[in-house]
Amino acid sequence: MLTVAIAGNPNAGKTTVFNNITGARQHVGNYPGVTVEKKSGTCDHRGTRMEFIDLPGIYSLTAHSVEEMVARDFIINGKPDVVVAILDASNVERNLYLATQFMEMDAPLVLALNMCDVAEARGIEFDIEALSGLLRTPIVPMVGHKNMGTTDLLDAIVAKAAEGPPEAVHVNYGEELEDEITRISELIVADGHAPETYQRRWAAIKLLENDEDVQQKVSSRKILDAVKKSEDYLEKLYGHPSEVVIADQRYGFISGACTETVRLTAEARHTMSDQIDAVITNRVLGLPIFFGLMYLVFYLTFTLGDPPMGWIESFFNWLGRAVSSLWAEGADSALRSLLVDGVIGGVGGVVVFLPNIVLLFLAITVLEDSGYMARAAFIMDRLMHKIGLHGKSFIPMLIGFGCSVPAIMATRTIENRRDRLTTMLVVPLMSCGARLPIYALIIPAFFAEAWQAPMLLTIYLTGLALAVVSAKVLKTTILKGDSPPFVMELPPYRAPTLKSLFLHTGGRAWLYLRKAGTIILALSIILWALTSYPKKTVFDRDYDAEIASEPGGPPPGLPAEAMHAADSEAFGERIKEARQARQAEALAYTVAGRIGHGIEPVLKPMGFDWKIGTALIGAFAAKEVFVAQMGIVFSVGEADEESDSLRRRLRESYTPLQAFCIMLFCLVSAPCMATVAITKRESNSWMWALFQLGGLTLLAYVLTVMVYQVGSLFTAATLIG
Amino acid sequence: MVVSLRDLRPGQQGRVDRVNGRGAIFKRLLDMGITPGSLIEMRRVAPLGDPIEVRLRGYSLSLRKEEAAQIAVALV
Repeated sequence: MLTVAIAGNPNAGKTTVFNNITGARQHVGNYPGVTVEKKSGTCDHRGTRMEFIDLPGIYSLTAHSVEEMVARDFIINGKPDVVVAILDASNVERNLYLATQFMEMDAPLVLALNMCDVAEARGIEFDIEALSGLLRTPIVPMVGHKNMGTTDLLDAIVAKAAEGPPEAVHVNYGEELEDEITRISELIVADGHAPETYQRRWAAIKLLENDEDVQQKVSSRKILDAVKKSEDYLEKLYGHPSEVVIADQRYGFISGACTETVRLTAEARHTMSDQIDAVITNRVLGLPIFFGLMYLVFYLTFTLGDPPMGWIESFFNWLGRAVSSLWAEGADSALRSLLVDGVIGGVGGVVVFLPNIVLLFLAITVLEDSGYMARAAFIMDRLMHKIGLHGKSFIPMLIGFGCSVPAIMATRTIENRRDRLTTMLVVPLMSCGARLPIYALIIPAFFAEAWQAPMLLTIYLTGLALAVVSAKVLKTTILKGDSPPFVMELPPYRAPTLKSLFLHTGGRAWLYLRKAGTIILALSIILWALTSYPKKTVFDRDYDAEIASEPGGPPPGLPAEAMHAADSEAFGERIKEARQARQAEALAYTVAGRIGHGIEPVLKPMGFDWKIGTALIGAFAAKEVFVAQMGIVFSVGEADEESDSLRRRLRESYTPLQAFCIMLFCLVSAPCMATVAITKRESNSWMWALFQLGGLTLLAYVLTVMVYQVGSLFTAATLIG
Repeated sequence: MVVSLRDLRPGQQGRVDRVNGRGAIFKRLLDMGITPGSLIEMRRVAPLGDPIEVRLRGYSLSLRKEEAAQIAVALV
């Protein structure tokens, strides 16, 4: 089997070509130890089986970014049989820059000149044969999004692999520089220090480019001293540091090859993209257009996603009832409870996010593929840079107001690892839709009409402010490091293709189900067990007897319908109360209830009692469950956020200060388990997921204690005063 | 006349004279083709005043003013 690496600049159409070749036979994983996604796929061509690896989109092969390191490590250690460099034909000079570096590594190279149609429309003409001759590398013209040239490319790959060790094609760096390169590569050989996988010439060039990774690997004082001397000499000679000279010579080599083989037939100054940009990134219109589009993305994801979510919920409710009905009414079966509340509830809890994820990724793919995402970053960068993040962090943060799960998945568009992790970690502070029922229950219960809207706004703004501060703190402490240069290409606008929309969105949805879904399911079952076991068999009050002996019931032997309506209602109420009291007692007896009791001393400084503690444990399944759990511990049955009886009970038990503290804690504390699962999946590490869980809970605790203690002082003062 | 890239007005062109600084950002600018002698055109400033969009080697690039200040260009 041949191993073929697909490399290229971002926006060169690399993924499109990869999709054309492998179709749906793709596997998505991660490169070991890093958050960079690794996509691979297979293809059979004329009896040859090939495995394709889609390397991350990069501009160069420095040691400054994880993506570039991943790519060059793969070339060095993975030893692919062929490396395909995808070139954007409408921007061939800069795209060839990466290709020259593959040549330097003596990689067996095939160039795919992609998007020839766009180049042609812009009046760019190629003499492919001549260019191929000058670069001594096969070149295949293609139009990726129309799936043209794929077969030719596969033929060229097979031919290249059959060719054996490639003929060395090198950029000529000019006499002086070449002398230094030769001298250093000879030193490397003599010293025997360099790892043998590194081609000498390549290592020498990298050393002259000040490449930290190669410096570390060579690590011989003698060589490093010689490099330093060469650099000083070259700088004096050229008036620029050696990195500049090397980059300049590479571009010079490319220009040399292109002047004879690439012709611009029409002056393409005002292209379509320019005209679109004149409007979209316009100083006046840019922001309104941006916010309009963001509103659309949010609307599409959550408003359009709402009905299908409702269907999914009803389906799983129905399924639960159907399975439940297999047992006799009133029978207390552990298996039924496991199936209905644990498994079906858990699977439902996983699947319910699908509409959001699918719709959001449809929107994101359109924004990315069309080229707008880069403009969005361009427009928002100033604001986001102020909090130490990248312009591209805006979309995940916005989506966070709907739901943290798709929001964290959306951080994939952020290339820099530190920025991506920071965004991922603070996203749960954007108050998500599932927390709204908590506020909707509590705010009307404790605050006068006029204060309700400001209170809700306060909560949302608190979350936003905390996110901004946390991002700043993270970026200056544990995620500190060179802020990545915001040097970003603004690719030409393009119409997204249906195929790419399909593959990308489908891939995301599947990945979510497979990777995050399993964790969410496992956690739901654990939570179900915590809130169901141990079962209380002997109750403090004999509820069954109370229900049976309840006066006012139907006369013996007669059905309940025979009763007077008013009597029946009062009777029903009393029965319901007894049942609810039993439910509350049963929950208090479970592990969750006991933990709630057990941690009461810890919760006290926040003004919380064990009831809130128990409900918070349940809320880890999903924030909105807090409301239902409060309903159970307060013996008002399965309550929702409109429940007046629950509000009454809350008012009897807590002060407005405590109520505010509950909301504050729910806002900041432990993200729900789906968020933990998706953070694990997206950061590729349990460490970050647990750090997020622990860090946010600690932050919530400290803040709530402060608010409660200071608030209590003030309340006491007003009471005395 | 040599000025910094950030001081160009939209539509003005210059030839890169030198790129100051060292390290990752500096290397990235070179890799993107901002090498001495290359022709670069200021296109526009983002709505919030930063970053800027420039055009060089037939494509559009955006960079922050902070970085653009490190690039000296000779007006043409």
